[in-house]
Amino acid sequence: MSVFIAKRVLTLIVTLIGASIVIFLVMEILPGDPALVILGVDASDEAILALTKELGLDRPPMIRYWDWIAGILKGELGTSYAYKVPVWELIEGALLITIPLAIMSIIISIILALSIGLYAAANHNKAGDITLMGISQLGISIPNFWLAILLIILFAIELRWLPAGGFPGWDDGLWACLRALLLPSLALATVVGAILARITRSSVLEVFREDYVRTARAKGLSKQATLWRHVLRNALIPVLTVTGIQFSALLTGTVVVENVFHIPGLGSLVLKAINNRDTIVVENVVLLLATMIIVVNFIVDVLYAVIDPRLKAHDI
Amino acid sequence: MSLLNVKDLSVILATNEGPARAVRNLSFRLNRGETLGIVGESGCGKSMAALALMGLLPEQSETLGEIKLDGQNLLEKSDAEMCQIRGNRLAMIFQEPMTSLNPVHTVGHQIMEPLRLHRNMSENEAKAEVLRLLDRVGIPNPKERIDNYPHQLSGGQRQRVMIAIALSCQPDILIADEPTTALDVTIQDQILELIQTLVREEGMALILISHDLGVISENTDNILVMYGGCAVEAGGTAQIFEELIHPYTQGLFAAMPKLGRARGGRLVTIPGTVPDLMGLPMGCTFTDRCPLATEVCRNTPPPIVEVKPLQFVACHHLDEARTRKTEELFS
Repeated sequence: MSVFIAKRVLTLIVTLIGASIVIFLVMEILPGDPALVILGVDASDEAILALTKELGLDRPPMIRYWDWIAGILKGELGTSYAYKVPVWELIEGALLITIPLAIMSIIISIILALSIGLYAAANHNKAGDITLMGISQLGISIPNFWLAILLIILFAIELRWLPAGGFPGWDDGLWACLRALLLPSLALATVVGAILARITRSSVLEVFREDYVRTARAKGLSKQATLWRHVLRNALIPVLTVTGIQFSALLTGTVVVENVFHIPGLGSLVLKAINNRDTIVVENVVLLLATMIIVVNFIVDVLYAVIDPRLKAHDI
Repeated sequence: MSLLNVKDLSVILATNEGPARAVRNLSFRLNRGETLGIVGESGCGKSMAALALMGLLPEQSETLGEIKLDGQNLLEKSDAEMCQIRGNRLAMIFQEPMTSLNPVHTVGHQIMEPLRLHRNMSENEAKAEVLRLLDRVGIPNPKERIDNYPHQLSGGQRQRVMIAIALSCQPDILIADEPTTALDVTIQDQILELIQTLVREEGMALILISHDLGVISENTDNILVMYGGCAVEAGGTAQIFEELIHPYTQGLFAAMPKLGRARGGRLVTIPGTVPDLMGLPMGCTFTDRCPLATEVCRNTPPPIVEVKPLQFVACHHLDEARTRKTEELFS
C-alpha cells in the first residue's frame, strides 16, 4: 500500500508540473494585456507601461513562471490584477460553493445511476428498462446549460419551489444554501447520472451472467439477495472507473452551469478572470481544478482496492 | 417411492434462431444414497438437465414434464419455495472452480451463506461449522484459509470449497456437473475420491455428470447415456459395461484412449460432430452419425426397450447393434 501511495504521489507531482507548464503557456499565448483591460482602451501608453511594470508583467516568462511556482510552494498564490486582492481570497470563497456543488452533483448522479441502472437491469428488456434507457439517452444528449434553463423555468418560474439563481452565502443557513445549489447540481447530475446509469445497467447484466452468481442462486439465495450480496459489488468496479472520469466533465460543467445560475463559484470566477485577463487567477484556478481531478482519481484507485480484494496483492 | 423421480423432462431454450429442445423426454429415478452417472458429449443436454433439476435454467427457457422430489413436483414450486430447496435439499457443484466463487468475498463468507440461510446459524456457529467443513473437504489450515479470497487458492482447493458449500446443509442430492474437467489430472482423482467419500458418509444421493466414461464407471451405481438431449441407454453401471448396446454408447467407449493398446495407431472417433439442437431429426437424434441408421431412425423416435434386467436402450436396430462388434462399427 505504501508503495502504491508513493507511486501515486509521484504521478501527482509530475502531472501537476506538466499541467502548470501547459496552463502558463496557454495564458502566455492568449492575446490581451491585463494592464490594457484594467485601464481601458483610452489609457495612455505610459500609464499602461507603468501598470505592466507594477504588475511585474514586463519580466521574461521564465521568471514569471518560476515566481508563480515558488509562490505556490510558499503558500502564496499572488495578487489578482483586476481586484487587487490575494488570489487565495477569491478562490476560497468560490471553493466553498463549487466543492459542495460538485459533491451534491456526484451524490445525486450516483443515486440516479444506481436506482435507474439496477431497476433497468432487474427488468432487462421489459417496458421499464426500455423506457428508462430511452430517458437516460435523452439525459446524455441534453446540454447541461439548456437543461439548467429548463429547470429554472419549471421549478423557479412556474412552480416557484426553488430560487432561480444566486447564492445566499453560508451565513444564511445550510438549508437556504442547499436550496440554491439544488437546481444547478440537478443540471450537472443529469448528464453524469445518465451515463453512469447505462454503465451500471450493462455492468450488472454482465455480472449476472457470471458463474458465481449461479453458485449464489444454487445456494438458495433469492434473486434479490443475489443482486445485493453478489452482483452489486462486482458490478460497481466499472461504474467507479467512469465516475472518476466523469468528475472532470462535472467540474467543466460547473463553469457553464454556475454562470447560468449566477453562482459565484470557481466556474464563474475563472470566466470573469479570463474576461479581465486576470491571468494569475486563471492559472491558479485551472491548476486547482487539475489537482481536484487528480485527487478524485486517486480516491477512485484506492476505492478499487477496497471493492476488489484481488487488487491488494499487486500495486495498481 | 424414489427420492427423485424425473418423468418426461423436456427443456426448451429460447435461442436467436428460435426454440431449441436441449432435453427431450428424459426420465429417470434416483433413490436415497444411490449414485447416478450422466454421460455424453458436450452439448448433449447433461448440464441443462441438471440445471432444470435445480430450477436454474436461463429465464426465457421452458421446462416440461415432472421433477418429483419426495413426491413433490419441483416444477410447480414458486421461486421462493425453490430457494428453500436449493442448497438445502439439492446442492450442485459446477465445472469451473476458477469462476464459480465470488472474487470479492472470502471463502469463509461464501461457505457461511447457506448455513445462515438454511440452518439459521448465528455468525459464530456458522464460523465453527465452516472450519469443520473446510477440514472435512481436506483443506489444510482451515483457520487461515477461512479468511482467504478465492484468488489466493488453487483450482483444486477452490473446488474443495465448492464441495464444502454444497455439503454445508447436508443435502439429499448432490449434483456434480463435470466437477473435475477443469482440474489438473493429478487433482481429478483426489476430488472424485473426496466426493465419493462424502457421499457415502453423509448418505447423500449423487448425480455425477461427465463426458468421461472412465470417471462414470468408477464412481456410480447407475448410468444414463445422453445424446442430443435424449437418454439413449440407461441402467446399472455393471450391466452396461458388461455389454454396451446402443451404437452411441459403443462409439463413446471406443473413443476412449486406452493405455498400451494400438501404440502409434490413431484414436477412434465417432464420425461427424455434435449436432446443432435446431436441426435434430424427429426420430433418433443419433441418426446422422450412426453406422446402423436407416430411414426409420430419422422419422420415428425409437422405443425404449428393457433389453436385460436393469438395462434400457432406445434403438430401432437393437439386434444388429448387439451382434456387430464395436470395432466393426467404429474404426
